[in-house]
Amino acid sequence: MTLTNDSAKSSRSSFAAAGGLDSIHGEAGEIVANGVHAWFGKRLVLENVNLVMEHQKVTALIGPSGCGKSTFLRIMNRMHETIPGAQLAGEVRLNGINIYDPSERAASARRHIGMVFQRPNPFPAMSIQENVLAGLRFNKIKTSKTSDIVEESLTKAGLWNEVKNRLSEPGGGLSGGQQQRLCIARGLAVKPSVLLMDEPCSALDPTSTRRIEQTIKEISHEVTVVIVTHNMQQAIRVSDYCAFFLAAENEPGRIVEAGSTTQIFEAPVDPRTDDYVNGRFG
Amino acid sequence: MTLEMTSGVGGAAGESFVPVKIKPIRPREFKRSDIIVLGAAGLAAYCITWILFDQLTLLSGQLGFVLFCVGFFLGLYWVVNRQLFTRQVAVDRFVAALMTLGALAMFIPLLLLVVFVVARGWNLLSAHVFVATQKGVSELSPVGKAGVAHAIVGTLEQVGLAALIGVPAAVLTAIFINEIGGRFTRTIRVVVTAMSGTPAIVAGIFIYAIWIATFHQGYSGFAGALALAVLLLPTVTRGTEEVLKVVHQDLREASIALAAPEWRTVWSVVLPTARSGLVTSVLLGVAVSIGETAPLLMTVFGNKLMNSNPFNGPQAALPLMAYQQIKLPLQADIDLGYTAALVLFLLVFTLFIVARLLAGGRRRTPGFAALRSRIVNSSLGATEIEQDGFADTPIASYPPSTSTDERDQR
Repeated sequence: MTLTNDSAKSSRSSFAAAGGLDSIHGEAGEIVANGVHAWFGKRLVLENVNLVMEHQKVTALIGPSGCGKSTFLRIMNRMHETIPGAQLAGEVRLNGINIYDPSERAASARRHIGMVFQRPNPFPAMSIQENVLAGLRFNKIKTSKTSDIVEESLTKAGLWNEVKNRLSEPGGGLSGGQQQRLCIARGLAVKPSVLLMDEPCSALDPTSTRRIEQTIKEISHEVTVVIVTHNMQQAIRVSDYCAFFLAAENEPGRIVEAGSTTQIFEAPVDPRTDDYVNGRFG
Repeated sequence: MTLEMTSGVGGAAGESFVPVKIKPIRPREFKRSDIIVLGAAGLAAYCITWILFDQLTLLSGQLGFVLFCVGFFLGLYWVVNRQLFTRQVAVDRFVAALMTLGALAMFIPLLLLVVFVVARGWNLLSAHVFVATQKGVSELSPVGKAGVAHAIVGTLEQVGLAALIGVPAAVLTAIFINEIGGRFTRTIRVVVTAMSGTPAIVAGIFIYAIWIATFHQGYSGFAGALALAVLLLPTVTRGTEEVLKVVHQDLREASIALAAPEWRTVWSVVLPTARSGLVTSVLLGVAVSIGETAPLLMTVFGNKLMNSNPFNGPQAALPLMAYQQIKLPLQADIDLGYTAALVLFLLVFTLFIVARLLAGGRRRTPGFAALRSRIVNSSLGATEIEQDGFADTPIASYPPSTSTDERDQR
């Protein structure tokens, strides 16, 4: 993984798809951020982020709090723009298609780039099954095999055996870890190309965390995963690639270093990365 | 109960423990002797007031008697407890007594109101009342010939129509204020707040001026429903707005991240999550409008006969009928008015129970409890209620899971 625009361009040629985001069907996608900037009001919080997140791989975004990791993540499925006063610049390309192209709808980007949040947030008024199928319902995706989709998604999220006999019970009745896996299943049911995860384990106990990490490993064969984490050990355990974000005082966040997880943790080039991954600050 | 217990474990170095007699105590227990103190203080206060009022001075009046009695009681109660116990206990008991008296001062009038209406309306209450109207009832008719069926039908139709008009408008307004927002959010909120202060009679005059005087539509149940809708709108809007605020932002984000359009998020996620609270706020609105008399005077007018068509001709209504009957000279007419009031009580009671059962069928949402606590908070003057106070409710308050993390370990 490189940071240069050259690689971004080459990847576009290899993945170029005609017909916009709506022509994408289910395959894992490569997502490329090119010159991404973000503002809250007038304050620049993210500057010139260039990153390639390869398909069928897990990319971890690490860095201290307030360095723009979550903002960057939310830019990749157009959630950033839902915050009042938020602005951005640059391109995010999914399989070569810029999701911020004026001809693309925000909903199309979110349909193909799913998201799992920090706190488990199943819909409380819906049953487990309805939660899994919510994305299909919201997008008016008609299918006759709903029960197959429910089983497939829950199996991928590692929850099927625990809930198969109580699919009609409320999703809120599950434990925190189970709720989070339900949210992963909900995200997978619409067959996204990319799944973004914003500190998915920070509200969970160690056992549930391990279970989610295992799930991430399993699903990464079918979907590109981008995960924000504060837990360095977790980044080592689950990710293939790492990007280290840092924001100096009163400055916007930038990528300091990106590369394979092994390289970032064992042979970091930048001394700041070395300090961070070895726990000397942050 | 006395226990002998020795303990030789723990403790600071070199410290030895002596066996102590253990007698369990409950520091705040209200014992029989305390009840005697309470009763004695009450009796003494009554006696002192009696001597003061009836023997020593020319004071008179029931209200004065009660106030003096309460004052003497609190004073005596404080002094006695101060003599028997410590200052803390005395303060605790005194404040507890003061609070209880305050609660009674609020509760007793409410209770008396219900008892009054039930006692006055009870005589004529029978199955006949629910089916008969005032058709052919004159001064010479036997007592018990008349009924309130026409007023029940009128009230149900007027309030039903008012809810049909007012509730969707109110819910849409609340959704606009809370979910969509925009340049006019503030203005609309101010207008709604101002509307909730509208005197009911003004709503009646407003509809009279427009619907009846300008468009010459004549008195009808529908005109009454329009006036009631005006009154119902602000209550339901504010209630719904509060309930929607309680729905956690995480759920909206989850929905948006699943590519749901905004209307979908509101319809499939926000409203179902707030269902129980929505029902509560609609009930509050209906409760406000069902007992209104003033706006009906100028719009519905009243009718002694059954008129089941709300769109044509004057109709009866329970509160209006109670008001009109009680002003009449004959005792039988007055009694019928009280019966109408009692039937209104029963109607509201039944509606509330039915609505609660419908809404509480699936207890998944914290809406009602949250709304209630918000109302309590705001009535206590806490205007700034942080939204995060309920941050955990949407997830944490669901029925606790029977399967916990043990299952995660598999």
